[in-house]
Amino acid sequence: MQEIEITQLRTLVDIVKKNYDYDFSNYAMSSFRRRIQRIIELYKFSSIEALCERLSTGDEKFFHDFLSEITVNVTEMFRDPSFWRELRDNVIPNILLNNKNISIWHAGCSSGEEVFSMAILLKEMDLLDRARIVATDIDTAILEKAGQGAYSLKNMELNQKNYIRFQGNFSLDKYYKEENNKAVMDKSLVEGVQFKAHNLVEGASFSKFDLILCRNVMIYFNQTLQNQVLKMFHESLYKYSYLVVGSKESLIWCEIANKFIVVSNEEKIYKKVKD
Amino acid sequence: MTHFNITKTYKAIVIGGSAGSFQVISKILSSLPKDFDIPIMMCLHRLRHVRNGFVEALNIKSNIKIEEPYDKETIKRGKIYLAPANYHLCVELGNTFALSTEELINNSRPSIDMMLQTAAYAYRDKLVGILLSGANKDGALGMKKIHDRGGLTLVQDPKECLIDTMPSSAIKITEIDHVLSVNRIIDFLLELHKTCKIA
Ligand SMILES: C[S@@+](CC[C@H](N)C(=O)[O-])C[C@H]1O[C@@H](n2cnc3c(N)ncnc32)[C@H](O)[C@@H]1O
Repeated sequence: MQEIEITQLRTLVDIVKKNYDYDFSNYAMSSFRRRIQRIIELYKFSSIEALCERLSTGDEKFFHDFLSEITVNVTEMFRDPSFWRELRDNVIPNILLNNKNISIWHAGCSSGEEVFSMAILLKEMDLLDRARIVATDIDTAILEKAGQGAYSLKNMELNQKNYIRFQGNFSLDKYYKEENNKAVMDKSLVEGVQFKAHNLVEGASFSKFDLILCRNVMIYFNQTLQNQVLKMFHESLYKYSYLVVGSKESLIWCEIANKFIVVSNEEKIYKKVKD
Repeated sequence: MTHFNITKTYKAIVIGGSAGSFQVISKILSSLPKDFDIPIMMCLHRLRHVRNGFVEALNIKSNIKIEEPYDKETIKRGKIYLAPANYHLCVELGNTFALSTEELINNSRPSIDMMLQTAAYAYRDKLVGILLSGANKDGALGMKKIHDRGGLTLVQDPKECLIDTMPSSAIKITEIDHVLSVNRIIDFLLELHKTCKIA
């Protein structure tokens, strides 16, 4: 297949912007190109032009599917177990030194594994009913999945391994039941969680939090967009509260780096120290 | 010793390896001079959920410090990079890396095909691809891409490989410029080093 050219991608981005008001112009090029390539193959379009034509029709239903394919939703429970240990043993106790309650934002929560991990962690610390959790994603289809909390048994093997390395109090199967070949999570864990659609690209700050997790989301953005989103996170954090990014992301180069200090370089935990 | 008659300069070297490649890569790394200047990017199959230990083990033997790059880190001369566990390592236009958690490719993340293909896209004919011992076909398509974009392709001699599936798969689907023993791969890199220094 012909390699997709940057100019063709730009045309597509313009069409999407014009018809659906989503702006992908600052997504990282290499992964964005692969996602477009993937959609072309999946839907058997003859070329990127054919895909552009389809997008030009303003077909909202097709765009909905397009949006779920363009985003990378791969996730795990307790991904990077050492991070979750750090959260349990240091970060959360620290937040509770000064607060009775704790507010958490999962930005780019995908199918919800990260949210369930958090809920389990809090439950095991007996803090779940003192937490206000908001989980957002651009992809409404994946948010629906997150709300259902039904995962493939194959993925559960990995989740279970991560939970063991996290050194949770029990066994992960305490928190789900097997139904129709799926692991169905205990819904009471996320009863209080607000799942909602939110686009980090234009979405403004909507509340303030003690802890924001945005892991493996900004790797799909270019540096311009990363800086913009980090500013919005800065606005959405109370002073002396925490921001966490993925294990291979770094705030070092970002414009607002001087408003944060590094709490754990290994686990990419940062603390806002300046307004 | 016969020479390779390298006539071009290259901007980067990508190396892929899997089962049976650890000793080989260690030997190569220990043979490079400290001032080896062309950036090297390595994608070696590794345990998905073990973040630490691998780069440290490689560093023991290497004269040049190897690092696992961060997302959007600038690719610099004189550096050696290793794809981190559980991420694909991609080259972006503009001489930076991009990391990705996209689906497994050839059952692997990091995938060699992914690194080679994105590097070939960014560096065109200014890229050298080297594929070592391994038990699956990851890297073959990447080598094809490097060749198609005019880059130079090298594989470890299948006869010498602990497991030869990887280089053999590449040989099957694309033109390989040199099939070499480890020692000759080292000779090649040293000659490349000299050529690029003069240029
Ligand atoms: C790889 S997942 C990360 C999931 C989880 N945080 C983790 O680390 O395992 C990336 C998520 O970011 C979401 N995403 C991508 N672009 C976004 C945007 N502009 N606004 C909000 N979410 C976005 C995707 O839909 C996807 O679910």
